[in-house]
Amino acid sequence: MSVREGLLALLADRPRNGHQLKLEFETTTGAVWTLNVGQVYTTLERLERDGLVARSNDDEQSAQKLYELTAAGREELASWWSLVPADEPPPRDELMLKVLFAIGRGDEHALAVITAHRSALLLLLAQRRRDQRAETPDPDLATSMVRDALVVRAEADLRWLDLCEARITGRKGTAR
Amino acid sequence: MTPILEFDDVVKSFGSGLTEVRALRGVTLTIEEGEFVAVMGPSGCGKSTLLHLAGALESPSAGSVRVGGRELAGLGAAACSELRRNDVGYVFQRLNLIPSLTAIENVMLPLELSGGSHRVVRQQAIAALETVGLTQQLDRYPDDFSGGQQQRIAIARAIVGERRLLLADEPTGSLDTASGDEVIELLAALPKEHGTAVVLVTHEPRFASWADRFVFLRDGRIVDETIPVAGATR
Repeated sequence: MSVREGLLALLADRPRNGHQLKLEFETTTGAVWTLNVGQVYTTLERLERDGLVARSNDDEQSAQKLYELTAAGREELASWWSLVPADEPPPRDELMLKVLFAIGRGDEHALAVITAHRSALLLLLAQRRRDQRAETPDPDLATSMVRDALVVRAEADLRWLDLCEARITGRKGTAR
Repeated sequence: MTPILEFDDVVKSFGSGLTEVRALRGVTLTIEEGEFVAVMGPSGCGKSTLLHLAGALESPSAGSVRVGGRELAGLGAAACSELRRNDVGYVFQRLNLIPSLTAIENVMLPLELSGGSHRVVRQQAIAALETVGLTQQLDRYPDDFSGGQQQRIAIARAIVGERRLLLADEPTGSLDTASGDEVIELLAALPKEHGTAVVLVTHEPRFASWADRFVFLRDGRIVDETIPVAGATR
């Protein structure tokens, strides 16, 4: 997604000014994506040019310009919600590609690359799990969900490295 | 720090001749008192064998295994049993509680086998069960408890009498994720609060991530040891 879709989503229920949009964008994304106000206004201008948002007249006393969705903006937003990202062909994931290239240099090299990346990922997972455990009793929902996503992705990468190792060593010894 | 478990160039083979399988191929490893170490690796890498040797359930084919400075090679069956009763606790994937004994009787069993007085042994069992967060319904049978609670009872039985080394072989294998997290949280607290060294064999990074140190085995050899402090790797 881009900033554009995020702003359309935030404008769905009521008009907002650029500063409000910046703050809500950052809160909604669990602070993993920070924006400057200039970026927000540039995007709003493009959305206005494309007929997806319009300046609102609801709050004429306010010094800040308010923006609201147009009918075309609501249509654009609806199609974004329903669009499922295509996952074919597989994404050009750096870890995956590195291991694939490493295999070309021999099993031992590939296993060394897998070991190094697994250690680094396990350290990362340990840090992310510590962050989860250190959460306040009633954490912000977005922050918790972002932490969950980071933990689950690290676990998925580690699981994939285990599968790679099993494939490479699969025909070797049968120790218990 | 004082080493509680030492492996020095340990080799373990099963079978002989053409059917010989080398489960461990020269493992050197030191685990200190109060340390929580996760041992990881693919199926067949030798991690369960490592735990069996540490618990004197098997003997090494070559090399030295010491628990609390005591060489395990040459210990007779009686001395090995005594070591398992007094110094080393074991938690398995299968819960291994005796169904006809109550929770507290299961925990008392190792100390009663050592000949402790009933009153003292019961107090020690209650203390061990408190450590794992169980204070009620101790006279119920294992089947009356959830899987996670049964594993807590098994951990209490493994640490009762203040044993200094706890060996846990996939202790979350039969539990759901939430119960598994609770069990690992409990294991992680033992080194900090009681100075017990914990060696956890697991294939789950989620659970290993609680450890102070990760040891990776592949094909019977340690291929990496990692300490999760500021990206330090050794």
